[in-house]
Amino acid sequence: MAAIERAGDGTRPLAGRRLPVDHGAVDTALGGGLAAGVLHEILPAAVADSAAAGGFALALSLCLAPAERPLVWIRAAASVRESGELHPDGLAALGLDPARLILVRLGDAAAILRAGVEVARCAALGAVIIEIYGDPKALDLTSERRLMLAAEQSGVSVILLRPGAKAAPGGAETRWRLASGPTRPLPMNAPGRPAFDLTLLRHRHGPPGGPWRLEWNRDAKRFEPLHFATETIRSDPDALPRVQPAAPAAGRALWRHAG
Amino acid sequence: MPAEAPLLITEKAKGALVIVARDPAALRLGLAPGLTLAEARARVADPAVAEADPAADAALLERIADWCDRYTPLVALDGADALMLDLTGVAHLFGGEAALLEDCLRRLNAFGISARGAIAGSADAARALARARPGTIVPSGGEALAVRDLPVALIGLDAARSLALVRAGLKTIGDLIDRPHAPLAARFGAECVDRIAGLTGLVHHPISPRRLVPVALAERIFFEPVSRTEDIEATLAGLAADVAVLLEKRGEGGRRFEAVFYRVDGFVRRIAVATSRPSRDAKALIRLFREKLDALSDPLEAGFGFDLVRLGTFATEPFVETATSLDGRARDEDALTDLVDRLGARFGPEHVLRFVPEDTHIPERRARAVPVLAAPAARWPEDLVAGEPPLRPLSLFNPPEPIEALAEVPDGPPLRFRWRRVLHRVARAEGPERIAPEWWRMSDDTLDRDYYRVEDQEGRRFWLYREGLYGQEAASPRWYLHGLFA
Repeated sequence: MAAIERAGDGTRPLAGRRLPVDHGAVDTALGGGLAAGVLHEILPAAVADSAAAGGFALALSLCLAPAERPLVWIRAAASVRESGELHPDGLAALGLDPARLILVRLGDAAAILRAGVEVARCAALGAVIIEIYGDPKALDLTSERRLMLAAEQSGVSVILLRPGAKAAPGGAETRWRLASGPTRPLPMNAPGRPAFDLTLLRHRHGPPGGPWRLEWNRDAKRFEPLHFATETIRSDPDALPRVQPAAPAAGRALWRHAG
Repeated sequence: MPAEAPLLITEKAKGALVIVARDPAALRLGLAPGLTLAEARARVADPAVAEADPAADAALLERIADWCDRYTPLVALDGADALMLDLTGVAHLFGGEAALLEDCLRRLNAFGISARGAIAGSADAARALARARPGTIVPSGGEALAVRDLPVALIGLDAARSLALVRAGLKTIGDLIDRPHAPLAARFGAECVDRIAGLTGLVHHPISPRRLVPVALAERIFFEPVSRTEDIEATLAGLAADVAVLLEKRGEGGRRFEAVFYRVDGFVRRIAVATSRPSRDAKALIRLFREKLDALSDPLEAGFGFDLVRLGTFATEPFVETATSLDGRARDEDALTDLVDRLGARFGPEHVLRFVPEDTHIPERRARAVPVLAAPAARWPEDLVAGEPPLRPLSLFNPPEPIEALAEVPDGPPLRFRWRRVLHRVARAEGPERIAPEWWRMSDDTLDRDYYRVEDQEGRRFWLYREGLYGQEAASPRWYLHGLFA
């Protein structure tokens, strides 16, 4: 009986629960973590930050989704032209088992939103990423509310990823602006773990906040704060990746062979 | 005198327009196929002329064949102008063979198609009789007698051999049947003997039906055609329940279902849905059909209504009754397959994908995106080292995008590169990681690639490669951008 109850716990909707993102400043600004079972909106700071925003959305989904539950990523064929097709090895490198992902590839925003609502209603999922390019007419306050409602009913978190977007209808719980951040370099000046610069533009239940710089820790599946101090490393614009960087990652034995 | 001008269908042959078909009015005037149009014009003032359109003819024949599905699932195209229906075991449903033939021809006539038909125990006999003596229904075993006095041209040999038969004094099929077969085979080919055996019912030449025969099938015939959406859905629900019962008896579930709507004006519409697991759940099936009907780009036009609706299942598999477990895991799985099926029905299964690994190290061939319906979830090889940054990009360009890059040393990482007209200055880089083409796919233009993970000064991360080994494979190697890191 106890086992049944325990198991039942895992399937209960997560709506209303707050899940930690970085165990730090971001969680505090959000009032104790990111709400599950609602709609979050991510706006890349520039189109060139689309890939970083995709990675951030994926990382957030991993924070929000109960373990092993499948993820759905809905995107348009146009997104593939703009920022490339998702690469399973790259998904795995960010901590998602590619077998957990269902990819829905559709033609236009109306179809994506329609599929998005359908998918968001399915309580068996971990999280849904909906990628819509630009500002299509179909994406308005009503369609965002519809997504929000579906998420609240099923307890599935929905992340709306909007590269190239200008207007924001404003039906989401939180809205973030995201840019790719410089990484903490590894020895030999190799790029380190993914880093993100994020700003909380809008929060339904609190004030906006940021900016913060976070680093994604794939192994622990959580973000870790990264201090802007790392900027100093890349002070020389023409620095060549040829020698040991001035400030190697402290306390980490991350020796890598270049080549 | 006929009031209307005779209609002639012409085709270009050896630079002249030749009549290939004509209407009854033209027939009465003696304008036969084979005549040139110029000669026909000399005989008759102002005939109506149209050019032959074999593609449209074939399409029409296909549509008639679709419509003929209502009589039997075994319908085959027979040449460019005939259909062959296998009526084995179905005639009694329509009140006997004579009633069936009468019904079929009457309805086709009503659509404006002049058709002839015959029923016989062998396909060859039916073919010959439909042309020479339409309306004939040969009693079982009577084929040899029925075809005796037909001209030899009808056994279906090529023109030269038919002429040779006539020249040899063999005018009717009966003449051939009476002869010893060995000399016939020696003179006119084994095919000739084979055709005779087919005509007399000694040998059966199978027909090749256009469509698969459903494993389980249910249908509703309406004397008063239905056209309202609710009625159609109710009909489908009833049919789904019937099919479910049939499948249950077989201990199977279907993976592919097809609903066929026969409109009174002869138009036939087929709508298929697929499921990711064998299913016989009538309710789930109706949901899928509703999704599909909802999403049709050309909606189901009821027009004057449908007089026959049919539901069949094709691919069936053993159905495993899953015990309802208490931990909710099975329920989750059901919900997930249900979602995939519904998305597949609405948007098409080819839009709902999952990645399946491939055994290669070439990045763009590492995985294939296949429909979830078609492939079970596959295990992915785990080769991640804890603490390592991502070594593969989140997204990949296919094909890789050419860039202009400047490197300090020819075989070193780039210092700067220009991608999509934007200049990026490299702040950090790691590499090269050399990925060589697989030798069994190697051709002269496949080169080694040296990959670099680079980060520009804005903090954006890219996966670049240089194609060709410097100084060995290529004089001035080209650079490409292959992917973007998160």
